[in-house]
Amino acid sequence: MADVPRHRALGLTDAQVLEMYRYMALARAVDERMWLLNRAGKVPFVISCQGQEAAQAGAGFALDRGRDWLCPYYRDLCLVLIWGHTARTELLAAFAKAEDPNSGGRQMPGHYGDRRLRILSGSSPVGTQIPHAVGIALAMKMRGEDAVCYVSFGEGTSNQGDFHEALNFAGVHKLPVIFFCENNKYAISVPERRQLACANVADRAQGYGFEGVIVDGMDALEVYRVVREAVDKARRGGGPTLIEAKTYRLSPHSSDDDDRSYRSREEVEEARRGDGIERMRQYLVSVGLLDEEAEERMRQTIRAEVDEATEYAERAPYAAPETLMHHVYAEEV
Amino acid sequence: MAVKLYIEAIHDALAEEMARDARVFVLGEDVGVRGGVFRVTQGLLERFGEARVIDTPLTESAIVGVAIGASAAGLIPVAEIQFADFILPAVNQIISEAAKMRYRSNNDWNCPMVIRAPYGGGVHGALYHSQSVEALFTHVPGLKVVTPATPADAAGLLRAAIRDPDPVLYFEHKKLYRSVRGEVAESDDPVPIGRAKVQREGDDITVITYGLGVHLALEAAGRLADDGISAHVLDLRTLRPLDEEAILEAARRTGKVLIVHEDNKVCGVGAEVSAMIAEHALFDLDAPIRRLAGPEVPAMGFAPTLEKAYMLSVDGVAEAMRALARF
Ligand SMILES: Cc1ncc(C[n+]2csc(CCOP(=O)(O)OP(=O)(O)O)c2C)c(N)n1
Ligand SMILES: [Mg+2]
Repeated sequence: MADVPRHRALGLTDAQVLEMYRYMALARAVDERMWLLNRAGKVPFVISCQGQEAAQAGAGFALDRGRDWLCPYYRDLCLVLIWGHTARTELLAAFAKAEDPNSGGRQMPGHYGDRRLRILSGSSPVGTQIPHAVGIALAMKMRGEDAVCYVSFGEGTSNQGDFHEALNFAGVHKLPVIFFCENNKYAISVPERRQLACANVADRAQGYGFEGVIVDGMDALEVYRVVREAVDKARRGGGPTLIEAKTYRLSPHSSDDDDRSYRSREEVEEARRGDGIERMRQYLVSVGLLDEEAEERMRQTIRAEVDEATEYAERAPYAAPETLMHHVYAEEV
Repeated sequence: MAVKLYIEAIHDALAEEMARDARVFVLGEDVGVRGGVFRVTQGLLERFGEARVIDTPLTESAIVGVAIGASAAGLIPVAEIQFADFILPAVNQIISEAAKMRYRSNNDWNCPMVIRAPYGGGVHGALYHSQSVEALFTHVPGLKVVTPATPADAAGLLRAAIRDPDPVLYFEHKKLYRSVRGEVAESDDPVPIGRAKVQREGDDITVITYGLGVHLALEAAGRLADDGISAHVLDLRTLRPLDEEAILEAARRTGKVLIVHEDNKVCGVGAEVSAMIAEHALFDLDAPIRRLAGPEVPAMGFAPTLEKAYMLSVDGVAEAMRALARF
């Protein structure tokens, strides 16, 4: 009996799993470009998704881009690319240009939002988006829609009151929410063991009456599998799930951080060897879906896309200063 | 016209808005089966069902946060905070999220939602069931803040708040719930947010106030009339945005302004009203602007002596009005 490749056993087509890989590589390329631009003094701030692409890709493909809702957090670059944003939109945000669909250059990069795509606008105080997702899910339930709401956050953020209030609310009302914790081992400089007295963030779900699932966040296909299960359950009226994807933040917290002050280079190098993008690449090669030539073609396309986006975004106009006063309230026309 | 208690006016307007628009729903602590600890939402569960009258867990930040999410997804939540004193755990959601949603998303998203909260003292509520917290929010662009004083305005402003595309904080004074009765029109017309109302016309002095203060000022004005002093009383009704035109007009009318509120004085609404008059109508004044407000203590005590010493009274307001008239 010939082995069915893992992705097919999970219900993903060859084209889909290749797309997944392409989004991960694209997210990494956009992220790296932002760092270059930051170091060149062209964009004042970068917050990174490096190391968390696989978790986001798995989750993104398990959701339905046509109906589900997102309340993402600042590291979800790969997720929002899957959801319809592009290198161009995110570079527009990095350069704080008026055409940025997230906020028109009002917010720092990484503060995603887009009504057209059902991505609710996020802010900087961590965890505030978690009850919003519960409210969206409540609306879905009240209207009898079968959409689910996905919300993500870091492990440090799972100590915020809003995390606990939101999970409890969703548990009591059995709402279709996917709580997705991207545990990257650090909250800026503070390691996980100084954030949590319990072993896993997922353990906290028990207190709220629903399932907590731990998944290897460097394995996009495994993340896809568990998120898919949670989504199916939520659509069937089975309520929320807390999923903890164990990942690692390969870059410093942000462009203003120096992570050498709190973790060793050896530790980071070790984590890099388990990078989810490389693991996906090896998988695709092993099942015969990718060879060097195809890989090189893909990388060239991505490079061209990121180059074009950078050029476009750099040249795009800023918001006019007179727009400062706009949109505090609905404009009276 | 029907004559209603202040609390009935709120209840009825809420029920009518829920009947009028299926997107409107209520959430909060004890709002369902119990009908609210003050009974504002009494009977709504039976009439509209538990999907639209939601007894939430005891969780203020989530009550507001969930309301924000639900409003983004197309519903119109009316969140009840059981006592205004307990709105503080939700302040991050109100100020960081609801107030900024439209601005930060460059007009892509908004929060059409209402947060109702009973406030104010004189009901033996002690420190944590008596506070006036409105000034914490009137500082914040992106929010609207209303404080109706009469049954008609309680109904009309609630309708306006529910129909407003931005977040509105609706503060209802607990002492007015069952002590004030008034005519409420049968029509479902809203009272526009941002418009003050002249509650009494007069020529000698102007009192600018809101909430319970309106009733104290009106009663005091009645007494002063017996002594031949004619007082003009302006009810702000909305604290953000302030009705600058009405405030300046009321100030110019008599040239003598007394601002009255139960909330403490420092950085209270009276400070802004007074600054507005000083900026735009200083040379129309015949006396320094005066403020009569709550004392600079953290909150009012439970002992009747302490509560009484904290609260404004008709006597106190009348005295301040007389002193200003004499100036
Ligand atoms: C309420 C609040 N406190 C502090 C901060 C500053 N801050 C930004 S990110 C961060 C760490 C978050 O860690 P975690 O939740 O693990 O997410 P990660 O950045 O590791 O993905 C902190 C302290 C903030 N944004 N909000
Ligand atoms: Mg972290």
